[in-house]
Amino acid sequence: MKNFLRSIFLIIFLAGFQYNSNAAEKVEYLKTDWSFKGLFGKFDRASLQRGYQVYTEVCSSCHSMKYLSYRNLAEKGGPEFTELQAKAIAASFEVKDGPNEDGEMFTRPGKLSDKFVMPYENIKAAQAANGGAYPPDMSVLVKARGGGVDYIYSLLQGYEDPPAGITLDDGVYYNKYMYGNKIKMANQLSDGLVEYSDGTKASVEQMSKDVTTFLMWAAEPHLESRHQMGFKAIVYLIILTILVYFSMKRIWSRIKTEV
Amino acid sequence: MSEKKTKRRDFLFTATYAVGAVGVGATIWPMIDQMNPDASVKALASTEVNVSTVTPGKTITVLWRGKPVFIRRRTQEEIAEAKSVKLEELKHPEKDEDRAKNPEWLVMLGVCTHLGCVPLDQKGDYNGWFCPCHGSHYDISGRIRKGPAPTNMEIPKYEFVDTNTIKIG
Amino acid sequence: MSDHEYIPKSKVGKWFNDRLPLLTLANHLTDYPTPKNLNYWWTFGGILTFCLLTQIVTGLVLAMHYIAHADMAFDSVEHIMRDVNYGWLIRYIHANGASMFFLAVYIHIFRSLFYGSYKSPREIIWIIGIIIYLLMMAAAFMGYVLPWGQMSFWGATVITNLFSAIPLVGEGIVTWLWGGYSVDNPTLTRFFTLHYLIPFLILGLVVLHIWALHVPGNNNPVGIDIKKPSKDTVPFHPYIVIKDGFALLMFMIVFAFFVFYTPNILGHADNYIEADPLVTPAHIVPEWYLLPFYAILRSVPDKLLGVVAMLAAIFILAALPWLDTSKIRSAVFRPLYRQFYWILVVDVLVLGYVGAMPAEGLYLLIARVATVYYFLHFLVVLPVLGLKERTLPVPLSITESVLGGSPNLATAKNKESLNN
Repeated sequence: MKNFLRSIFLIIFLAGFQYNSNAAEKVEYLKTDWSFKGLFGKFDRASLQRGYQVYTEVCSSCHSMKYLSYRNLAEKGGPEFTELQAKAIAASFEVKDGPNEDGEMFTRPGKLSDKFVMPYENIKAAQAANGGAYPPDMSVLVKARGGGVDYIYSLLQGYEDPPAGITLDDGVYYNKYMYGNKIKMANQLSDGLVEYSDGTKASVEQMSKDVTTFLMWAAEPHLESRHQMGFKAIVYLIILTILVYFSMKRIWSRIKTEV
Repeated sequence: MSEKKTKRRDFLFTATYAVGAVGVGATIWPMIDQMNPDASVKALASTEVNVSTVTPGKTITVLWRGKPVFIRRRTQEEIAEAKSVKLEELKHPEKDEDRAKNPEWLVMLGVCTHLGCVPLDQKGDYNGWFCPCHGSHYDISGRIRKGPAPTNMEIPKYEFVDTNTIKIG
Repeated sequence: MSDHEYIPKSKVGKWFNDRLPLLTLANHLTDYPTPKNLNYWWTFGGILTFCLLTQIVTGLVLAMHYIAHADMAFDSVEHIMRDVNYGWLIRYIHANGASMFFLAVYIHIFRSLFYGSYKSPREIIWIIGIIIYLLMMAAAFMGYVLPWGQMSFWGATVITNLFSAIPLVGEGIVTWLWGGYSVDNPTLTRFFTLHYLIPFLILGLVVLHIWALHVPGNNNPVGIDIKKPSKDTVPFHPYIVIKDGFALLMFMIVFAFFVFYTPNILGHADNYIEADPLVTPAHIVPEWYLLPFYAILRSVPDKLLGVVAMLAAIFILAALPWLDTSKIRSAVFRPLYRQFYWILVVDVLVLGYVGAMPAEGLYLLIARVATVYYFLHFLVVLPVLGLKERTLPVPLSITESVLGGSPNLATAKNKESLNN
């Protein structure tokens, strides 16, 4: 039994090692304490709400979030705006709808069921407006980058003057956390860029953290229920395992042998 | 002594079975619930309809939750006819006043209560609707008068947002 | 299944059983005499059955919401993750379930290698097992294509292009597989169909696998033939059932940890980027469970030979019962084989490791050495070892080996000769 467990852990460890070594060449990212990590990790609501503000005021002019709907903003486990607030947010956007009875498209104020309004009609339009580079959709961005939240958080604060010997084309910037260090997005954040309604000081670091938290939720909206359910499931499995273990001992005690 | 032992064993096995059964149940539920309407479907619960172009005696059909909704602007004669019907004559007694809050407008789910077909407008023995599938006749209030359907056509939740706009759901 | 006659007690039972002997089958399965010294490495058969059923059930559910169309597949997966009730849970179970399935199957295979379970009279069980393993790889690969992310698309492109290595007809086969001139919608829909089909083929083969197992009965750690039923066996139910159940629960705890706490660690970040035929990801790797074969493929500098080597690495396993010439089954009594066995384990892990690394410099060298050794193990070490190795004395019965019972003459003699 002991031998068996030892081997199992060894194999799992080796498999994990094998996998993590994939990203061997990565740089050291900036660290911050994320409230949503760990067995009981939850989102910081205030941070999510501030992060949404940063997204709308800064990012959303170029980056879409096509898998999110305004109703998500009021859902449990998210920023948890009140239903009224979420409706007001939705109504502040013009949504294209139609065709109407005359066969024409029209715009109307957004509703909770609408998806986040996209800054560009399509990818081509986005590329055309951004010097050929498509600002990626941010709905699952955190999960689509190897370094996850730490990477996004660092990238937002990673703008520097290029070191000697590196020349940058027009519209290309130097970022020490970007893969290859060259990025087509200019530095967006500066201290005091947005005005937080809850009085939090809008430092670059704070805004980076808030918007990254928001993006994490956007990519993984059920993270909180996943953590809660996971804890229950594992506790349950451990209890059942213990019961089955003793039942097994009892049953095998009928014959004289080692299990 | 041995009896005590047996009891303890029984308890252990019973507990194991019971705890195991709870787990099986908890695992099955997500597999069932996934077939219920999902969050995006639930969010589409209401539709707004502009009825300014509907003249008396006309019916429009709009889609709500994947089903047709009949919106009929009734003429004075039709209203009078609907109100004159005695409740005793009805298979599913409902007053017209209860079905059409504003008697000029009848808003109802255009689904036959028999097996879900869409009845035809201004057909049948009662100048209302007639379901071609199995021959149910509805009157101008959408009440079942003849045929296999058990109940009147359903009235959804709706309200007038303003004089020209109806919000269904 | 004719080793005992079963007559149901109830009249209805008898009536039914005379017409369809399901009760006889059930009775056979519960009474099935199993060696009582099976250790926990033998519980992975049951665990694998669980994995297969979990994949089938969660897969059916996902198929209710998934849309197999190049324009909508990625969106529909996000729809599952966000809106479908418990959709995120079901998808994460399915995605991590594939990894857990392979983890279990590798343990199961290496258990067979250690205890010589592939040897006569169990060759057919072993070969069916290898076919199941091949089908698992096909299913896993096609399943990975379905979310239509960047890794899906480029994985599909790279793997289907393997067929272009075939002389003359290769290109034609690849076009035929794609249903076009690149991986596109027709490829996706046919992969979806096959991904749906294969698990049921596997299920059928599992039935055959178990059927073939029940003819000679289980091998056991001592690796000797046993009389059944006898003092050396226990009925499958409740003894083995409860033990398998216990091991399964331990396995499920690990499984649950992956699903609930690190659901994406075994996947690749690039697969959350929608497929783009214009851009290949910077670092393209298959899922972890295919890495050793990927390393073999890349270690050969020739396109055709690389593919041949990779396939040979799998098919050589099917010839294993005849490559291993030893009369003794269990490695417990084969001190030399035991050492080579562990070298092979390390060799495969090394192959897996370099499979995840870029194919250049030192990694490539290591991959080549490990590949050569892999084939040496099966083609040279095993045949020679069986003839040359001095094995330890094998006990005559399990009871003897477990309880250390009275030494029988043959063993005593053997021991003496060893000491001399």
